[in-house]
Formats: sequence, C-alpha cells, structure tokens
Amino acid sequence: MRSGILAEFDSADALAQAHERLFTRGYRRLSAWTPYALRSIGRTEGRSPVPLWMLVGGLLGGAFGYLVQWWCNAVDYPINVGGRPLDSAPAFIPITFESAVLAASLTGFFALLIRSGLPRLSHPLFEVEGFERSAVDRFWMGVDDADPRFEERLTEDLEKMGALRCTRVRASAEGGAP
Amino acid sequence: MTLASATGMELLREEPTGGEPVLLEPGTDAEITDRLLAPLWADWPWFKYALAVSGLGACALVAALTYTVITGIGLWGNNIPVAWAFGIINFVWWIGIGHAGTFISAVLLLLEVRWRTSINRFAEGMTLFAIVQAGLFPIFHMGRAWFAYWLIPYPSEMGLWPQFRSSLPWDVVAVSTYLTVSVLFWYTGLLPDLAAAAVRAPSPLRRRLYAIFALGWRGDSAHWNDYRATYLIFGGLATPLVLSVHTCVSFDFAISQLPGWHSTIFPPYFVAGAIYSGFAMVITLMVPARAVFRLEDVITKNHLDNIGKMLLVTGWIVTYSYGVEAFMAWYGGDRYEMHEILQNRPFGPYGFVFWIVIACNCVSVQALWSRRLRISPLALFAVSIFVQIGMWSERFMLIVPSLHDDFLPSSWHIYVPSWIDWTILGGTVGFFTFLFLLFLRYVPFIPISEIKEMRREMREPAGRLAGAAGGGDA
Repeated sequence: MRSGILAEFDSADALAQAHERLFTRGYRRLSAWTPYALRSIGRTEGRSPVPLWMLVGGLLGGAFGYLVQWWCNAVDYPINVGGRPLDSAPAFIPITFESAVLAASLTGFFALLIRSGLPRLSHPLFEVEGFERSAVDRFWMGVDDADPRFEERLTEDLEKMGALRCTRVRASAEGGAP
Repeated sequence: MTLASATGMELLREEPTGGEPVLLEPGTDAEITDRLLAPLWADWPWFKYALAVSGLGACALVAALTYTVITGIGLWGNNIPVAWAFGIINFVWWIGIGHAGTFISAVLLLLEVRWRTSINRFAEGMTLFAIVQAGLFPIFHMGRAWFAYWLIPYPSEMGLWPQFRSSLPWDVVAVSTYLTVSVLFWYTGLLPDLAAAAVRAPSPLRRRLYAIFALGWRGDSAHWNDYRATYLIFGGLATPLVLSVHTCVSFDFAISQLPGWHSTIFPPYFVAGAIYSGFAMVITLMVPARAVFRLEDVITKNHLDNIGKMLLVTGWIVTYSYGVEAFMAWYGGDRYEMHEILQNRPFGPYGFVFWIVIACNCVSVQALWSRRLRISPLALFAVSIFVQIGMWSERFMLIVPSLHDDFLPSSWHIYVPSWIDWTILGGTVGFFTFLFLLFLRYVPFIPISEIKEMRREMREPAGRLAGAAGGGDA
C-alpha cells in the first residue's frame, strides 16, 4: 500500500470481519498488519509461491550435490575401492539428500526475506502513531486509495465496523507514506 | 475442544489428552506478550553466578582443547585398537540430544500437536547449542584441527578430493546441514517475537537492538502468507532431516565390519536413542526454567505429562532395540558378534557400563507409567538425569567394548579415559549451559506470536459464531 486509509482494531475478530466485508464488497487492494498470522486473511492472499521455489532449489541443490561427488570420485580423482563402481550411487545418496534439504531451506529463507522486502529497518508505517502495537495486540488494516472502489468516507464505515481509529496516509514526494 | 470458563480465567483444554489444559490463559494479548517478555527485562540476581560457573566450564573446555592442539591427541586416553573413544561418544551423545528439539519443532508442527507451541523455541535453542558441542569433537579428534577444512570439497592445489564413499564425509555434510537448517528454522520463528520485543523493550538501546534482529518485520498479511507456507515446509524438510542425521551418524558404525557395529538395526535404533536423550534434555532444562520463571500456566502439567509419555515410548523403542540387537547376534550365528554382544558387553571388562545402561534406560523410565510421577516435575527431572547418564553410557557401551577386543587377541587393549577426556566432556556441559543461559537471557524463549495465534485458534469457533451473528453491513 502506497497511500490510503489505515484502520486500527483491537481484536483479530473485528479485523477479520471488517476485512471480509470489504473483500466481499469487491475491495482487492487491502492490506493487514497483525501480531500473528490470521488464517481468514491469509486465504485472500492467494497461494504463496515460496514452497515451489523451495522445491526447485532443493532439486537443484540435490543435483549439484550428486554432481560434485560424481565428479570428484569418478572423474577427477578415481579410486578403485574393492572393485566397486566409481559412480557409487548408493554411497552418494546421503550427501545428495542433505544438499537438497540445505538448498531448499536456504532458498525458502531468502525467498521469504526477498519477497517481504526484509531486512528493512526503516519503513514509513513505523511513523504512523500507534502502529508499533501491531506487533503486540493491535490489528491494522489498510485500504489503498488506488483501489477503484476507494472513497474517503470509508473511514466512517471502518469506524462503524469497530475500528478504534482511522488514519489517512498519503504518499509524499520523498516516499514518506506506507 | 472444550471451552470452560472459570472465574474470569479461561482454561483452554485439548481434546486428546483430556484432563490437563495445554494453556492457562490470563488476560489479553498485551498481557500475555508482556508476561512472556518479562523475563527478558527482569533482573535475575542469580544470573551472573550461573553464567560465571558455566563460563568456568567453558574456559576449562577451551584450556583442555588448547592443550590437546598444542601437545597432540595422545593426551586423550585413545589407543589402538580403541581409536574412537570419548571423541565419538560425546559427538553422538550431543548430536542425539539435539534431535528432540527438531522433533518437537518439526514433527509435532506437522502433526498439529498443540502442546508443542510452549516449548518449541526452548527445544530449538537446545538443539543449536547441542550441535555446537557435537561439532567440536570430530574436529579435535582429527588431531590436526586446523586442517578440518580438508573435509570440504574445494579445488585445492593438492588435486585431492574427499572420499565420498566413506561415511565420515556424510557426517560432515549431515551435521553442517543440520546446524544451518536449525538456525534458519529457529530464526524464522523468532522474527515476529523479536519485533514484539523491539516494541516492548524498556530502553532505547534494547529497542534498537531487537529491531535490528527483527529485520524490520511488520506482520504484513502478505508476509505472513509466505511466512506460514515457508515455516510449514521447513517443518516438512526438518522431519526427514532429523531422521537422516542420526542415520548418517549410525552409518559410521553400521557400514564397518566390526562385531557389535555391523548391524542393519543401527539407523532406527540410533534415531530412537537420539530422540530419547533429547527429550530427557528438554526435561532437564525445562523443569528448572519453568520453576524459576513461574511458567506453570504456559508449560502446564499437560506438557509434563506428554513429554513423560514421549520419554516412555522412546525408552521402550530403545529397550526393544537392545533386545533385537541381542537376538540378531544369536540368530545370525556369527561367533564374533555373539561373543561381543552376548558375552563381552554384559560380562566383559566394561560390563558395569552395560548394567548402568539397562538400569537407566530400560528400568528407571518405567516409573513414568504412573501419571502422578509424570506430572511431578521433580520425578520427571530425576528420570531425565538417569536417561542422560544411560544414553551417554549406551554410546560408551557401543563404542569401547566393540573396539577393545575385536578379532585377534594380540590386538586387544583396555581403554581408560584420561583426565583431559573428562575435562573436555565436562567442559562441553559448561559451554552448553553457558550458551543456553545467554539464550534464555536475551531471546524470547517462549514463542509469543504462536501462543497468541494458538489462543485465537482455540477460541475461533466461538469467534466465528459471534461474527456470523453480528453479520450484515454496518
């Protein structure tokens, strides 16, 4: 969200209800900031692509792990151990598996950071009064003013839905808005 | 799930275990956040003494290792044929302890076991610090620790590569992967709690520090969406990983041809033993922490009960494995194997270790059939100490007696650990405690965000109904 209305709620239920109502009314540019994950809001976000990236990362990592072992022990420095094949697949499985898990986990962690734009220690949202409690016990929602259904009097609706307060934030020239 | 209300305090109960609540809920989200963060800001008068004592242990470790590096591995009691002794016993013991942390955070996550939530961070911390201790042993057992990087396949001017058909490079990769994945899993879980700590910290310096470590996490629903998916897949990856790590460790033994080691039961037997000793360590750490920080409402009797049951189950798997091992030795008909397992282990020069193992691992844990003892912190703590002694002795029993008399009487040799060996073992206990104390002091050790989420999910059916009743547009 670049600019729009921020609404603060004091319970997850209130936020979830307000979010659901606006969503059913057709609003799509909704954001939420909560101290813990809310399943009902998560459903409107769509499926995360990170697991797929992790799968790809894991497969590539596993393939790389096998390749390194094969190249080291069968190509570049072959040693005949008791007549066993140089490309001893069963003996290469443990490291292949571990490399796959390692690569998948690293992919997942960094994908999570990159997609979230983290680390980002300074964010305009942190300037909004009271926003810090979204890490503790307050539930914030944002309606972007780029949403075609956006209107200024949404503030009143949100207050009727239980918002403790609404803040109108605008993108300033120096990018000083959420 | 039943929802009981009692004088302003809701008792959230979990169905399968009936009886004890999994979380006693006092007050609001803000209150529970502050309650769980409070230990971070509070003054702990005993902390500096505990840190000093464990730090002394860590110093002893550093001193003993320095002495070893300067003088040589001959300071240890190792000899030929007992070339693997404390170095590998302690490695297997520590890495095994780590397993329960991953088991709790990953396997129980996938099984959606609710009592996991209060203790997973704690257990993950234990895992990390146990892996650190474990990793020290193979490195220093090499004798020339400064060449440890030779285990990594890097293009060197020597034109040599590690031999990947040996089980030892498997261990290197398994343990380093395990450490890395555990750190990622642990840190990902920490992000929301660090963000909460950054808001609630009493001084600007601490607010800033926690904010830096929280990486600017702001609980955006889009981020949560990725976070949940990633965290779940982490659990899915860590589950086979934890099984594979101790399997790789057991391969060090199983793929050799030594009587007492060459056995297909080793992988499952080792994994069960690892989880067994790890749960014991969780209890050893949790019971005092629960008492000191008054966490009886977060780590309830339900947790004690469940961990006690886990200990009993894994204890029986271990006992069964001992039985199968002995049976297979007899049924296999190999005279060396029979001699080793049926004669040398129980009645040989190290026979007393065998009986310690049986007494600690198979007998003491039977006390936990009693529910009264399972929910008694003191009894559970006592059993956990026995199990740890038993599991350490088990590794001694597997390693030393098998090595000290193998095929030729001319190569038989008795092994006695040196005082350096004992100092290093004691030193790792001190170093582990030192790291764990620092973790307790500076990191939110109960997952706050997850506790709040769990509270909401346990209430959700009621919340949904209320939402539906108040439906319609405002």
